[in-house]
Amino acid sequence: MGIVEWATSPWGEDVPIHISFFLLWVSAIAGLLFLIGHAIWVKAFAKPEKFAASGPPYRDVHIPAKVPRHSLAARLFHWVMAAAMLALLITAFLPKVGVQFPWVTYHWIAGIVLTASILFHIIHASFYMDFWSIWPDKIDIEDAGRRWRRATGKDSPAPRRFAKYPLENKMYHGVIVLAGLSVMLTGIFMMFRVRTVLFPRNPYLFGDMTWGLMYVLHGLAGVGLIALIMVHIYFAVRPEKLVITKSMIFGTLDREHYLEHHDPSRWAADGSSGRAKAAS
Amino acid sequence: MAIVRDIMPAFELFQPATTDDAVGLLAKYGRDAWVMGGGLDTFDWLKDRIKRPSVVVDLSQVNDLTGIRPMGGGLEIGALTTLTEIVRNPVVKEKFGLLHQAAELVASPQIRNQGTIGGNVSQDARCWYYRGGWKCYRAGGNICFADTPSAINREHAILDADRCVAVNPSDTAPALIALEAQMVIRNRKGERVVEAEDYFIGPATDITRMTILKPGDLLTAIRIPDKWAGATFYFEKVRDRQVWDFPLVNVASAAVYSGGNIERIRIAVNGVAAHPVRLKAVEDAVRGKPRNAATADMAGQLAIQGAEPLRYNGYKVPLLRNLVKRSIRGVEEATWAS
Ligand SMILES: Cc1cc2nc3c(=O)[nH]c(=O)nc-3n(C[C@H](O)[C@H](O)[C@H](O)COP(=O)(O)OP(=O)(O)OC[C@H]3O[C@@H](n4cnc5c(N)ncnc54)[C@H](O)[C@@H]3O)c2cc1C
Ligand code: HEM
Repeated sequence: MGIVEWATSPWGEDVPIHISFFLLWVSAIAGLLFLIGHAIWVKAFAKPEKFAASGPPYRDVHIPAKVPRHSLAARLFHWVMAAAMLALLITAFLPKVGVQFPWVTYHWIAGIVLTASILFHIIHASFYMDFWSIWPDKIDIEDAGRRWRRATGKDSPAPRRFAKYPLENKMYHGVIVLAGLSVMLTGIFMMFRVRTVLFPRNPYLFGDMTWGLMYVLHGLAGVGLIALIMVHIYFAVRPEKLVITKSMIFGTLDREHYLEHHDPSRWAADGSSGRAKAAS
Repeated sequence: MAIVRDIMPAFELFQPATTDDAVGLLAKYGRDAWVMGGGLDTFDWLKDRIKRPSVVVDLSQVNDLTGIRPMGGGLEIGALTTLTEIVRNPVVKEKFGLLHQAAELVASPQIRNQGTIGGNVSQDARCWYYRGGWKCYRAGGNICFADTPSAINREHAILDADRCVAVNPSDTAPALIALEAQMVIRNRKGERVVEAEDYFIGPATDITRMTILKPGDLLTAIRIPDKWAGATFYFEKVRDRQVWDFPLVNVASAAVYSGGNIERIRIAVNGVAAHPVRLKAVEDAVRGKPRNAATADMAGQLAIQGAEPLRYNGYKVPLLRNLVKRSIRGVEEATWAS
């Protein structure tokens, strides 16, 4: 059983048409195993986090009790995107596991909502937010090395406190960007294969091979999102991460949490980046 | 695409003698099993080597699936009953003439002698791209070859198309819907009874199936309640040739009139979508109205609301409209101007 289904086109060419949908189970099981593995590791093996000191304590005096983390616009984007993403997963995969309903129309409408929210996010993040705060920097990479050496019992200085986002968040964001943009771009083109009110159907927009690859990419990214979203929701409800989840609702982090985990020189409490501070 | 015709690929053949055995076999072999009634649709698929089940469960020896029995004031028809038996049955003719007319217009005498009512309502779409073995949506692919600008789609859908534009070709299906028939389905877990209207599904819900039957399910009987016994019936089928041909569009209606008004009515059509379509909006609109040309006209107009013809099947829109008009007023009232 391959991971891609093939067919013969009218021109006698072998073309891919879909992923094999058993992959949705592979993704769901992989996500589940990760959650179980992680929960066991945290319970049984993980050591408490230790950070290197992040600067003279007088710097902390100006930190407010509630440190702003996500603007209203950023939170709205997150929840609209989350709703669209869940709707897309449900409409795409419930029919594949036997729960039948007219899914395609709901699916592409949710797809349009996701696309609109992603476009908004790209503009918002590029021009109104600290664009670089979500991408790994040199310190993240160095600290990841330090953590690894300490976890494997080697001698290494303690890692520094995080900037706005820990490295795991940044990596997760990177993977979600890849999967999200893949389903979005392919999904928009796939709308030309079905009847929508937005534009006339045009199944000849691409050749059979290009279409096939597009369906395969859409499917691979789509099933990948099952595991990614499972992991995301798992972390959101873990007790030690609830404070971060709450910040996605209320917009702020408590001062104590901020001082314990974040480095004011890398992410200033007024919402600007440490880099910006250092530069100014 | 080279298709080897007339030499069927090997499969294991079972000929159970009872319904229980048939259900047991279907449960055992699940999606590898193919149910065979009269075999008229089945053998096309097998000889063309397009469907390749590894097990065929031939129902021809299951006597308890045949025959027409009284039930309440209505009838229960075994799924394996042939169309000829239905046509010849005096009670069907007298009380449920709509089914009699529909069954009598199916194909040819030979086909009616062999074809079963269970097979007729469960038969697959006749779209030739699909039948030709192309990996279209209905065959599990990602395109409808009949819904492309150069496709030959004269026989295809004008309503409810969702990616696939094939139509349901059954003549008896709309008659059964108009008569409020119920389908009795059995599987390993037991028996369930569904309204005929809900037995058929469109591509939006499941693009690879025409009915709600899933692997392991057996249609055992069709029950016709007495609700419409002796009502005024109208069945008309338009086809290219007057014998041996599938409907381009057909209409079935059952109505009760009182004092020149339509007291109650049910209308269903087929050949216009991937499932027979019950015209509920039309029924609601004409109920209580006089049975006259104006009502028939309004019904015809309402029936074609939302119709989306393809390149070559635009004729189906006026055809549907006029058949629905006739189903209310009778042949003499129809005009064929579009
Ligand atoms: C040349 C030709 C012309 C035709 N013209 C017409 C026409 O004008 N009008 C019309 O309505 N039909 C027409 N037909 C269709 C014909 O009537 C059907 O092929 C026939 O009714 C199918 O019956 P069958 O018993 O042979 O089905 P089969 O071939 O045995 O089965 C058909 C399908 O139903 C399933 N099935 C059968 N019985 C059961 C059951 N009890 N439970 C679950 N699944 C079941 C089978 O698995 C298969 O998928 C025509 C067919 C041919 C070949
Ligand atoms: C979480 C995100 C998404 C997931 C998990 C997902 C999953 C899927 C899956 C599994 C299919 C079936 C594909 C196939 O038959 O090979 C599909 C079809 C489709 N998707 Fe998505 N998708 C997502 C996002 C989107 C987006 C953003 C759009 C549009 C902007 C979109 C538009 C479509 C369309 C139009 C189809 C139907 C194509 C057809 O049947 O021919 N999807 N999607």
